[in-house]
Amino acid sequence: MIEPFVGDLSLVVFLPLLGAMVLLFIPRSMNRVLFTTAILFTSLTFFWSLRVLWRFQSDSGEMQLVERVSWIPAYGIDYFIGIDGLSLFLVLLTAFLGPIVILASWTISERVKEYLFFMLVLETGMIGAFVALDLFLFYVFWEVMLVPMYFIIGVWGGPRRIYAALKFVLYTMSGSLLMLVAIIYLAARNAQVTQVLSFDLLRLYNLHLPYEEQFWLFLAFALSFAIKVPLFPFHTWLPDAHVEAPTAGSVLLAAILLKMGTYGFLRFAIPLFPEAALAVQPFIVALAVIGIIYGALVAMVQPDLKKLVAYSSVSHLGFVMLGLFAFNLQGMQGALYQMLNHGLSTGALFLIVGMIYERRHTRMIDDFGGLWKQMPLFSALFLVVTFSSIGLPGLNGFVGEFLILLGAFQATPFWAAGAATGMILGAIYMLWMFRRVNFGPLSRPENQKLQDIGAREIVILAPILALIVFMGVYPRPFLSRMRFSAEPIIQRVESKKEATPLIFEGGRSRESQSHGN
Amino acid sequence: MDQPIQTDYLRWIVLLPLLGAATNGLLGAQLQKRFGKGLISTIAIAPVLGSFLLSVRALFDLVALQPEQRFLIDRLYTWITTGSLNVDVAFWIDPLSAVMILVVTGIGGLIHIYSIGYMHDDNSYWRFFTFLNLFTFAMLLLVTGDNLLLVFVGWEGVGLCSYALIGFWYQDHVNTTAGNKAFIVNRVGDFGFILGIFLIFWTLDHQGHGTVSFREIQKFASLLKNQEIWGGGVATLATLFLFVGATGKSAQIPLYVWLPDAMQGPTPVSALIHAATMVTAGVYMIARLHFLYSMAPLTLEVVAVIGVATALFAATIALTQNDIKRVLAYSTISQLGYMFLGAGVAAYGAAIFHLMTHAFFKACLFLGSGSVIHAMGGEQDMGKMGGLRSAMPYTFWTFAISVLAIAGTPLTGGFFSKDEILWQAFSSAHGSPLLWSLGVVGAGLTAFYMFRQLFLVFFGNSRADHHTQEHLHESPKVMTVPLVILAIGSIAAGWIGLPEVFGGSQFAEWLEPVFGKPHEMAASEGPELLLMICSVAVAAVGFFIAYLMYYRGALAPERFSSLAGGALYRLFYNKYYVDEIYQAIFVRGTLLLARTGAWIDQHIIDFIVDGSAKTTAYISWFNGLFDNYVIDGIVNALANITFWAGGKFRKVQTGNINSYLYVILGAVVLAIIVRLRYSS
Repeated sequence: MIEPFVGDLSLVVFLPLLGAMVLLFIPRSMNRVLFTTAILFTSLTFFWSLRVLWRFQSDSGEMQLVERVSWIPAYGIDYFIGIDGLSLFLVLLTAFLGPIVILASWTISERVKEYLFFMLVLETGMIGAFVALDLFLFYVFWEVMLVPMYFIIGVWGGPRRIYAALKFVLYTMSGSLLMLVAIIYLAARNAQVTQVLSFDLLRLYNLHLPYEEQFWLFLAFALSFAIKVPLFPFHTWLPDAHVEAPTAGSVLLAAILLKMGTYGFLRFAIPLFPEAALAVQPFIVALAVIGIIYGALVAMVQPDLKKLVAYSSVSHLGFVMLGLFAFNLQGMQGALYQMLNHGLSTGALFLIVGMIYERRHTRMIDDFGGLWKQMPLFSALFLVVTFSSIGLPGLNGFVGEFLILLGAFQATPFWAAGAATGMILGAIYMLWMFRRVNFGPLSRPENQKLQDIGAREIVILAPILALIVFMGVYPRPFLSRMRFSAEPIIQRVESKKEATPLIFEGGRSRESQSHGN
Repeated sequence: MDQPIQTDYLRWIVLLPLLGAATNGLLGAQLQKRFGKGLISTIAIAPVLGSFLLSVRALFDLVALQPEQRFLIDRLYTWITTGSLNVDVAFWIDPLSAVMILVVTGIGGLIHIYSIGYMHDDNSYWRFFTFLNLFTFAMLLLVTGDNLLLVFVGWEGVGLCSYALIGFWYQDHVNTTAGNKAFIVNRVGDFGFILGIFLIFWTLDHQGHGTVSFREIQKFASLLKNQEIWGGGVATLATLFLFVGATGKSAQIPLYVWLPDAMQGPTPVSALIHAATMVTAGVYMIARLHFLYSMAPLTLEVVAVIGVATALFAATIALTQNDIKRVLAYSTISQLGYMFLGAGVAAYGAAIFHLMTHAFFKACLFLGSGSVIHAMGGEQDMGKMGGLRSAMPYTFWTFAISVLAIAGTPLTGGFFSKDEILWQAFSSAHGSPLLWSLGVVGAGLTAFYMFRQLFLVFFGNSRADHHTQEHLHESPKVMTVPLVILAIGSIAAGWIGLPEVFGGSQFAEWLEPVFGKPHEMAASEGPELLLMICSVAVAAVGFFIAYLMYYRGALAPERFSSLAGGALYRLFYNKYYVDEIYQAIFVRGTLLLARTGAWIDQHIIDFIVDGSAKTTAYISWFNGLFDNYVIDGIVNALANITFWAGGKFRKVQTGNINSYLYVILGAVVLAIIVRLRYSS
């Protein structure tokens, strides 16, 4: 073996964990050194993820940079990781946000060492979950994410942090336990058919279960992922978690953790159980569209900036789900793209909210007003992010939203039209919020001494804004790399279209009628 | 269709203003502080003039080609590809977009220059020019984009700039609210626009030709025939959806409500965005897709009816308004209605012709009103003006010429273009005497309210206070020279589109490669002349009443305003209470829904979530009790549970719930194993 012991992908996964270990040897009083170390390791991770991007073959739908080591041979469990067009950019996004959120945490002064430790462990958990190709390994990473997040919310959070942290953990756990059961069942079932006990995802893709079994397994996976997304009506943990979490926690929660849910559908629930996915399509599409509209409406009347952004996430993730369950290339690529968009724009929104929270120690919209006069640079950047979230063409959000709606329109024109009203509602709640925070007279005396954002904050926001513009103007390099990995999944579902028993007879036949051409 | 000619300069027509916007946007604040406002306006105006010169070059390049080969295209790169969808960033110029880019860069350039004077004392000078440039970029993108999606980018881009410039003076909430209203109402329209795109794309795609490019859509347009969705023809529905977008952007019933409020922006913005260019985007879009609209007679009928209804409706409101800019705003809505009337009777050339002449005289009117407001120290109430004629000769004369043009005075630009529309509304296969007569009534109203404005502002005695009167002054050259040029345009622009009776329209001939031959009107000279005389006569009546009321004072306005007990007047003056009705239904309705949603979230969904957590806690509590006290007696235990229900469950929750979950897990795993064992 001349090959290096640790592959590039493994390095991306474990560099943050290595950083966390290094942190343990630094005295807790040396805050600066701790932060610098954390930034160093997250930056290194990011650069290594760029190397992964560099090595990635854009014209292939196969798993790439695969690494496989036997882990628990007795149960056929491997350390098996790889990357394809579905996970590539999610890994990049995670690595990209790593140094940014550490930099955004600069003002944290309590228990810095533990905080940074958890942040780095969290990053390993997130990246690991995106690249794991062994179901058991995936489950381990999935749970690894949970613990640091629990502490980040529970220790460094706001006044109701205990309630929020518990709600977050219990909600997620109750879903993921069912998933674990389904994983074990799946492996056992596979062993029964092929005589090989394995948790290898690619191998399990080839297992054809009867519809009846698929249905229940799909539900077990789907519940776990739906909570994470969060799909209406499983979303109420999200506003609480967001409001109580510290800025960096909110950013990672929105930008990455929610994507675990949609990624889970895409990587596991849909391709493993295509017939079941097809059968519940009308149901999930309906929930997604309800989520889009409902999330937007509820966001409109939130007095708290973070809650508003949290509900906007419910709406945006509804779009992602709608795109995934359109089962066509436009919808799926749009959904993948929208995952990245939401990560950037909502991440940036939470960073922005964090910036004024640090200055004013309030997040209530009514406590602000007229900030543009005092903080023009801040407000200008805020404006760009606001319009990214609204989906203004020319910025990233539009490409995703458009492709999703286009794809959904083919699959379910009626629901797509309903979802498109989310475009209108999105403009209403975002612009109304923006107006109340940044425009009008600067009437409150507390706001009259606010400092505009400084160099550190510009460094935090500038790369995100650059990507927001770039991804709006030139989405091709992203879309082309996603395409070949998305196509097999669609074919998988498409090929089952005829054979599927329809449990929602009414919905489906209406559509086929309406598409009488 | 032949392959269009590739060029590599069209991109600069569009991108130069973007360069200006980027420079001023990123560095403007510093540059203005260090080098003064002169540099800012130079950075902003030079690219627009550059675009104008390139547009002229494009015009000459087109003229040099055979009429049917008049296409230039400049492909930059592929924007989006996924499946069969392929969207290029490509700009194309044909006779139609050539007219549009000349209007946008020409009139836009003049308004940029005028702004040097108008905005001179504003500290956010650089921000103003940034958005003005950005607007020019987006508008040029809109009229040169070679596919529906790129046009949509420009379409929403101009909306963004409109939003930012209406709320330019952001410290007053009235302005920013108006900006929000504009963007949101436009989004309602865009909702329709995007569904229209979807319908066209998928219908073509199902037949193997999915595309959003205009040339391709035109090539395969026949595939849209006989296709149905939602119980209607695809062509009809798609064009209707797109028209919904047009009613938003071009301020037609029922989505016109944002435009009057948009007057909160600086006056050059009203002239450029809310009169001359952006609001005409809907008319351009219909003209661009004329081949689809012509396939959908039902849609055309809707367009014509909405157009003429808006023309009349807005004109009646304009009769009674006292704010100098609001009158012009309603007048714009009304004139846009005429353009849609033209498009609705399939006279696309006539609609574009009116679009062009209107751009001249309405820009001139707005800039003139800006000059007046400037002189009056910000006053916009016509009731406090009067007699400005002598103090501001340039402003007066240019304003008067534009009033003549918009009122349809023979031999001015407005006369020829409006007459063309009215004639087509009468004679086209889609037209009718009713449409014509409603249009003529509107023309009479137009003459009345425009002359009313002219008399109230420039004639009679000044009603301003002493201080204002002393400070009256003509505006500087940088403002009056654009006025003069626009006033000349208001007259001259009409002469390239003479009616058939007077020798035929060069303008129609120019657009012929796009729209095809105008309707044959052989042997119709008699009626055309007659109808023309009719409409001029009605306009003359409008003028005469205004003259009697506001110049001679021989006729008291109250004679009219007290008709029907004043109810009619109040209805017009309060704009038919549409804003109030919308507020009550849509704004309140949405908020009510939103509050209901928030309530459900807190009180129902979270109740279930917390409730199931509580139930679980109870059950695990019960489990514990069962272990400990089952021998001691269950009755005791139950009593304890009831007692405990006081609400201390949270303390118990942490530990017990996990163990409970693991019990579930164990049980289920066991069940699976059992099932696997015995099922097969």
